[in-house]
Amino acid sequence: MNSLSQFLSLSDANVRYVVIGCVLLGISSGLMGVYTLLRKRALIGDAIAHAVLPGICIAFMLSGVRNTWVLFAGAVVTGSLAVYLVDLITSRSRLKPDAATALVLSVFFGAGILLLTIIQSSGNAAQSGLDKFLFGKAAAMLPEDLWLFGVVLCLVVTVLLSGYKEFKLLAFDKGYAQSQGIPVKALEMVLSTLTVLTVATGIQAVGVVLMSSLLIAPAAASRYWTHRLSGMLVLSAIMATLGAYIGAFISYTKPGMPTGPWIVVVLSCITLASMLLAPNQGVLARYLQRRKHRNKILQENILKAFFHLGEKKNNQALAFEMEVLRQQRDMPVARLKSGLRQLVRHGSLLDTNEGYQLTRSGLEAATRVVRLHRLWELYLSRHLNIAPDHVHEDAEGIEHLITPELERELELLLDSPGIDPHDSQIPYTQKDRNR
Amino acid sequence: MIQHVDNPIIEVHDLTVSYDKKPVLWNVDFTIPAGALVGIIGPNGAGKSTLIKAVMGLLPLSSGYTELFGQKLNDVRKRVSYVPQRESVDWDFPASVMDIALMGRYGQRGLFNRITAEDRSIARQALEQVHMLEFANRQIGQLSGGQQQRVFLARALAQQADLYFMDEPFAGVDAATEGAIIELLKELKSQGKTILVVHHDLQSAAEYFDWIVLLNTRLVASGPVKEVLTPTLLQETYGGKLSLLAQVGDIASSIGVGTRE
Repeated sequence: MNSLSQFLSLSDANVRYVVIGCVLLGISSGLMGVYTLLRKRALIGDAIAHAVLPGICIAFMLSGVRNTWVLFAGAVVTGSLAVYLVDLITSRSRLKPDAATALVLSVFFGAGILLLTIIQSSGNAAQSGLDKFLFGKAAAMLPEDLWLFGVVLCLVVTVLLSGYKEFKLLAFDKGYAQSQGIPVKALEMVLSTLTVLTVATGIQAVGVVLMSSLLIAPAAASRYWTHRLSGMLVLSAIMATLGAYIGAFISYTKPGMPTGPWIVVVLSCITLASMLLAPNQGVLARYLQRRKHRNKILQENILKAFFHLGEKKNNQALAFEMEVLRQQRDMPVARLKSGLRQLVRHGSLLDTNEGYQLTRSGLEAATRVVRLHRLWELYLSRHLNIAPDHVHEDAEGIEHLITPELERELELLLDSPGIDPHDSQIPYTQKDRNR
Repeated sequence: MIQHVDNPIIEVHDLTVSYDKKPVLWNVDFTIPAGALVGIIGPNGAGKSTLIKAVMGLLPLSSGYTELFGQKLNDVRKRVSYVPQRESVDWDFPASVMDIALMGRYGQRGLFNRITAEDRSIARQALEQVHMLEFANRQIGQLSGGQQQRVFLARALAQQADLYFMDEPFAGVDAATEGAIIELLKELKSQGKTILVVHHDLQSAAEYFDWIVLLNTRLVASGPVKEVLTPTLLQETYGGKLSLLAQVGDIASSIGVGTRE
């Protein structure tokens, strides 16, 4: 625990630089990532990240020193060039944006690797560590790096805040924005430039290969938790901060652990957790919703079996054993048992000595399902001209989906009919008639 | 049958528009009187959407010019409103119905200026007009197609413009929404506004519009509905593209030169 308190207090200057640096550029990329994602340009981030490498190499070859600002300038130049080329290829050739992006990415990255090899074999002593740009070199962050990250973050926040509504409209509906006289081209250029600046700083920590995940992961994760752009921006920045902080801590606990990859791993976990756990849109929430509906279908089918048995005997107050129910509607014993248990718990059935018996609310629910089934059969045969012997299967599924509002609409449309296409009574309880 | 009017609110002069050097609209030339409810009608691929995009300055012109209110678009932008096709945007965007309606105020309010309480009240009114106010806080991804179209209309209404260009507002909407939209258009017209609507249902065209522009990569007719919706002109519009035009266009595109020097 000693290491944790040491880490949290940021007492070690080296730790301080790493943590502050990662957090600063995490926020920048978290914010820019939201717009990259919403403008469906996630791949462009990857292309920029890879295209930055030759710029760094050229800047180093020309200056001969490993100065943060010089290398940054080189990175920005080739990064911007990559964006420009992708747009140019897309507009001037038959290549689609994805192909143009892949082309630019591989050509620039290939050139970068080539230059890197040349530099490494040149014997220049200052070059050592230049290859760290491939996967990042967070542990070697310097105060001047932090200044650079801080300046870029300030720029990103200022521009995004002052043009909030314009960028929002641009991301949602470019054509409409243009029709209103908003300078779409200029604003797009601003967004691209900010993305390039962010990426060029980001590779200091996570490197060329992993940069695009720093851009996209927090933004993608944040979309699961909010329906507002402002909420997405704030959440994305928070998640990026969290990822940077935790990633930096993990790499601090064990010597030799790389910071950048750990940040990316943590961010990926956050994204994965969001996909699984988010309310409404999450995988878990959807699974639970589907399971709820499956149980509803099971219960309603059992109630329907009770109704049909009672209908044959002309008495809905009779109790039935499980075997009788299975003869009426075949289903696995385990499913039937579980459904019966649920229905008893909900007060729709009574578990008596002679078997199971519908309660008053159970009878109402059973009547409703049978009614919906027969109403739908009638609707299909009357309004869709489907033969009476073909309507049953459809109605089996639809009966579980119809809401009270739709039911009323059906009744209105069918003019409160008495019998279905198979000459069965469309049933109503006393309570239904009182409605 | 191309009827020109004096003091037109829209003048399209010798307009040619090309995609990838291939003309999709040839020498279109017509004028529209103020206060008209205009249907732009023609088969698929006739260039209907291209025409209004070109007039809204969203596409480069190969030749010709357009004037609105007798002026260039840039001088009258605040008086002109555009409703793009519903499918042209991703409705999964993180925004509420109110957010979209407010977007209609962005241009009026000006670049980098904040939205005011007045803008909010105008946007609310616009939503009320399309019966969407009760959904103001709804996430747009949860709307039905008809509701999405109404929200787009509300956004245009919030601009409080005098001239409206609408791209297929009736496409994929339910009967109730179609009825509500046409009521709204007629009300706008009664307030003296001019509305151009891209439409492709001939059945309802005669009933909805009072001026018709018939288009099939070239202008077939422009005039009052009774004089334009004749069997001869409709046959000319829907009877297929002029194959010579299409062939020349293909050649221009394959060589990579335009049709104009």
